[in-house]
Amino acid sequence: MTFGGVFSFIVLAAIFAYLFLSSTPVFREFGLGFITNSQWVSGDGFPASAGSTDPAVFGLFPMLYGSTLIAIVAMLISLPISVALALGIVFYLPKKLSTTVTLITDLAASIPSVIFGIWGLFVLVPHAKYWATLLDKYLGFIPLFNSEFKVFDQSPFIAAIVLSVMITPIITSVAREIFSQTPLDLIQGAYALGATKSAMIRNIVMPFGRSGVIGGAMLGLGRALGETVAVFFVLNLTYDKTNWLRILDSEGGSVASLIVAKYGEALDFEIAGLFGAGLVLFVLTLFANLVAAAIVNQTLQKGGRKVKK
Amino acid sequence: MKLATKAVGGIQPGKPWSKNSPQNILFKLIPSVSPIFLAAALVAITDLKGKMGFLLAWAIFTTVFILIWPFVIKSKNARGELFLQAIISISSLTFFAVIAWVFSSVLTPGIKAFTPSLFIGDGANVEVDTPLNQGGLLHALLGSIIVVGIATVISVPFGILSALYITEVRGKLVPYVRFFIQAMSGVPSIVAGLFIYAALIVTQVIPYTGFAGSLALAILMLPTVARTAEEVLRLVPDDLRNAALALGGTQVRTIFQVVLPSARSGLVTAVILGVARVAGETAPLLLTAFGGNTVNLNPFEGSMATLPWFIFNQMALGTENDVARAWFAALTLLILVSITFSLARVLNRKKF
Repeated sequence: MTFGGVFSFIVLAAIFAYLFLSSTPVFREFGLGFITNSQWVSGDGFPASAGSTDPAVFGLFPMLYGSTLIAIVAMLISLPISVALALGIVFYLPKKLSTTVTLITDLAASIPSVIFGIWGLFVLVPHAKYWATLLDKYLGFIPLFNSEFKVFDQSPFIAAIVLSVMITPIITSVAREIFSQTPLDLIQGAYALGATKSAMIRNIVMPFGRSGVIGGAMLGLGRALGETVAVFFVLNLTYDKTNWLRILDSEGGSVASLIVAKYGEALDFEIAGLFGAGLVLFVLTLFANLVAAAIVNQTLQKGGRKVKK
Repeated sequence: MKLATKAVGGIQPGKPWSKNSPQNILFKLIPSVSPIFLAAALVAITDLKGKMGFLLAWAIFTTVFILIWPFVIKSKNARGELFLQAIISISSLTFFAVIAWVFSSVLTPGIKAFTPSLFIGDGANVEVDTPLNQGGLLHALLGSIIVVGIATVISVPFGILSALYITEVRGKLVPYVRFFIQAMSGVPSIVAGLFIYAALIVTQVIPYTGFAGSLALAILMLPTVARTAEEVLRLVPDDLRNAALALGGTQVRTIFQVVLPSARSGLVTAVILGVARVAGETAPLLLTAFGGNTVNLNPFEGSMATLPWFIFNQMALGTENDVARAWFAALTLLILVSITFSLARVLNRKKF
């Protein structure tokens, strides 16, 4: 049974070890440049050090930045919606309705990502293109909504919308759990002092749940970083240029999609590069998840005790 | 009482128990109704046309109204309340509208593409423009069932063992075990696939097989099973454990004869939730089970098609009939996942 207990640790360690070992050729060749460089050239499949005249050069930075950008934009879209939804479930809706709403959000969380992919590609893109056109036309003076090429297809904006639909149920369920742990004596105390519901939420629930909701958002962020198929279909990857802020332009990056896009025709050295990309993704999501889990657990444990406020 | 209220000088105290006055209701309705008319007027007059134009104008007007209306109302308390209520209802409606949109946009083309032969044929003779009534997704459906089934068989014992370690053994490692299970639940699906690819396929231990896909899925499934099982086992009363131990049972016998049987339905829920979690995973299967066009029932030999891979592949091919098949496969997958999910809910309702 102890073995069963530490099994997850063994698996995690094995994932890290295998990805690390398999990607050593790439890290030996490029060092940290693998993470900071901006190009992905397959060449003839061999590195320059192997005497290749058309060397393969790999740098992950645009993908890494692109992944983070779409994940953050997705989180910014879905965080307010999730918090409002969770507040509604916990404090506003009647019991029966709130169970139904919880059920629907949980069901939404289990919709497979490939379905979001097919929906995004064939249904959402035409609409999202129209929204993007309007955003560019009327809010183009903001750098975020400025577009260079006016194509609007396969942009980080569309990928972020798809991701936000996918992570909203996750953030909602964390936020719901945290809000429902708000100490009852504080709530009743606020009501007894004559607070309205909104005043109670502003002054009791929000201070109590803030850090927990941030943890939930980071959990969603980790999920969004690792999402592969849905993003792969709606995003155009540019390997040699970092799209810093123009989310409406059809230039983006995603580490996970890079792996799916490249592995089919990759030779040994490029495969090692993809393992390196996987390793970076693994470390990144692990970090986001652990921080998130620590924050959420802390808030949930706080629920039993009294909070100073 | 009446005298007392009069004495204050005509100011009526609020009555939370009484019904809303018509004036009150009107005030609540104005911000939600007027944007519709304003948007309609805007569509009729300016060059903003069509359904999308209307929706956009409506969304903008509604937002503006939500932000402004609370300040029109004089009462400070009602202001905050209305503001919050409006934001909650609008964001939840938006979310549910989007989810309904996803479901309906899968349903319509999925049902349109349906022919019974889709469930009978496999993809062996399907060329670029083969009509829909020839060939189907039987191979993918069977492959999915096999791959997910083996993944379940692999991950469930380990998941339940982890949960048992936390709730029964209660050793020194408990916080770390929970920590690592949490960490494991955040492993991106593509990384799980890459790991199996690096560890088994590149090193040529096994080739592309359904079994490799099962291993990758098992990694993703384990944390879900472990966490749900832990929650369920926690609900087993300590009295039962103590009684079993007092009767002279060893810990192992206590667990297998008392704890696990009394948590049976909950454990089944844990397994089903795990299945629902991985049934739609695509990325790891691309790297492990790969795919194929014919029915392959042997998970240890030859690549194996699965439903998510089928959808992915048909979408990538992109001709009209291929996409129609992809929609139908998506519908099948969505229905399967919904059924497993509801099954888990129904079973979970029977608490012991």
